[in-house]
Amino acid sequence: MAQVGYLPKEKEKAFFETLSKNALVYVPCLEGDTVIFRPFSPERTLCFERSANIPPKTIIFPQSETLFSFDYKKNADDPQKTAIKLETNQEYPDVIIFGARPCDAKGFKIFDRVFMDTDTPDTYYKDRREKTVIVTISCESPSAGCFCTAVGGGPADKEGSDAIITELEKGYFIEPVTEKGKAIIKEPFIEDGSPYQKEAVERQKAANDMLKNPFSTDLTKISPSLFNSDEFWEQVVSKCISCGACTYLCPTCYCFNITDEQAVNKGERIRSWDACMFFHYTLEASGHNPRPTKFQRFKNRVGHKFVYYPEKYNGVIACCGCGRCIRYCPVSVDISEIVGYLRGSGIEPLKGPSKDGANAG
Amino acid sequence: MSLEKLKETVAKVFHEVDVVIGYKQGFDPLHATPCFITMPEQVDQLIWNPLCVQNLTSYLPFLKKKVGIVVKGCDSRTIIQYMQEGLIKRDNIVIVGLPCTGIISVKKVLHEIDNQPVESITFRDGSNVVVKTVKGQKILSLSDVCPDKCSTCQYPTPLIYDHLIGEPIKSDKPPESVYEDIREFEKKPLKERLEYWEKEFDRCIRCYACRNACPMCICQDSCIAETRDPHWMSQKLSITEKFMFHMIHAVHLAGRCVECGECERVCPMGIPVNKLKKKINLEMKELFGYEPGVNLEDKPPMYTFNVEERKIEEHKL
Repeated sequence: MAQVGYLPKEKEKAFFETLSKNALVYVPCLEGDTVIFRPFSPERTLCFERSANIPPKTIIFPQSETLFSFDYKKNADDPQKTAIKLETNQEYPDVIIFGARPCDAKGFKIFDRVFMDTDTPDTYYKDRREKTVIVTISCESPSAGCFCTAVGGGPADKEGSDAIITELEKGYFIEPVTEKGKAIIKEPFIEDGSPYQKEAVERQKAANDMLKNPFSTDLTKISPSLFNSDEFWEQVVSKCISCGACTYLCPTCYCFNITDEQAVNKGERIRSWDACMFFHYTLEASGHNPRPTKFQRFKNRVGHKFVYYPEKYNGVIACCGCGRCIRYCPVSVDISEIVGYLRGSGIEPLKGPSKDGANAG
Repeated sequence: MSLEKLKETVAKVFHEVDVVIGYKQGFDPLHATPCFITMPEQVDQLIWNPLCVQNLTSYLPFLKKKVGIVVKGCDSRTIIQYMQEGLIKRDNIVIVGLPCTGIISVKKVLHEIDNQPVESITFRDGSNVVVKTVKGQKILSLSDVCPDKCSTCQYPTPLIYDHLIGEPIKSDKPPESVYEDIREFEKKPLKERLEYWEKEFDRCIRCYACRNACPMCICQDSCIAETRDPHWMSQKLSITEKFMFHMIHAVHLAGRCVECGECERVCPMGIPVNKLKKKINLEMKELFGYEPGVNLEDKPPMYTFNVEERKIEEHKL
């Protein structure tokens, strides 16, 4: 049995049709100019040329999901007493994500440490995650804003993938990474990939060489004095408009909110994505908000990825360098530029006398 | 050279205000980014070219400072509308106006160059854009890659300013062209239009970039899309909820939308949300003969009423 596989391009649709018989197969599809993961169907336009506008995190960590439904029932004989009926549905289908990017797959590893690899796993996440096979496609060239190699990834990085495919001229070279991934090359239409291995490796290397490292030094330590300087954040984040595009499009952002939505006796407890860019993110029931300004909230986003998460998980940076937050930011806020300042590389933004310098003391 | 004049003017204005907001080069050659000038040496970072797409006036109502602001013709309407609604004080802003011959739509340029990263971009004679990528060089016509608002622009020169950089430009676009796209779209059967919107809004991720980039969306942190008390909108992600949010956004902008197109420009999912706002603006124009942000003396229709509104029949019952 071959260790690596090959799928000729002309058999692509037939292959997906076969896969779809036993699992829900998500593929990146083109809608207008937007690339979005959709369940495969023959009439969709597949797009493997560039990374999707929104990463596939939503497939395992839905933007909005019902944790359980509840139903209060009054006891007719004793109206003082109320019974409550809880129902949950965690029957999830087998899923194959086909055509995620290595950065997208790495994002799930960031999630795993928090939601799965703990004593108290989040069963909603875990159940979905275990039923999902992630087949990534290695990147041929970077998009604007990409910086995966600067945060430990790469255009053909295998972390988080069950199998990784590389697009060749007439087909796809498939390399299994995990046991789940090995099952993929046993599927119909998959040929022996060994004759194509050399070409695939060359392509991956060429892609790797195209990536730019936005950090001009190898320093990875964040300057605590700059990180804790309000003036620094005001300087670099003034232009932020506090929308949630960066966090919602981020493969590693996992903050959520929980809301009970109830009508009379019945209701549902809903978990939905939250974003630290929003004012309501840390608004407390008392009305107090420990992070009332966008500067403090933005500091949290950078801090979570480059300071707090690494502190908790052996130095692992919770950013996969996919560049979406840079590419799609309405005002082009660049997280790599900000982290560059914090690491002491690049030009420090605060040089020279500030207008408010007299009060900065 | 208008850039030199701009820098000169901003350097002067800088001494009268706490901060000047202009444009500087962003993270790659295709993007400009807002530049908050608080130090004199930052003036040199300023740029002025068709990359300067953002409507910088969005920051004004939230800045409790004296602000110098760089505006294009279209952006200047926001300032007039703000003043009509009492959202900013004229004394607190110094307006540096830039007559504008059109900007680019980043999305349209990316479409033309197969979404490749841009290595360099140059603008020739105000009508061509030369874009270089790894795949080679492409010459695009600015009129093909400008946002829709530029193709029908009525106000290339700012309507309000303290300093004007360069000579005023007159619009050569017919006024009736502004709502042509809406009138065309409305000719489609209702069912087709519904299907269109259902398909478009299906992609919405409720990131609220459209709302936050909107200069006239002044509720911001108190938006009913997020408040829990009262809890108006469900956190479920159904089409109904997405539709609801976008309809509320559009209706809140009735007779207020200055048609800067920021909502549509910033949408990371490529949803044509500006269409809804333009539709409502067209209704307001036909009903009240009002165009937002054009004349300082006007009273926005939602800020007043006439007992006998000329075009509303219902009161004659």
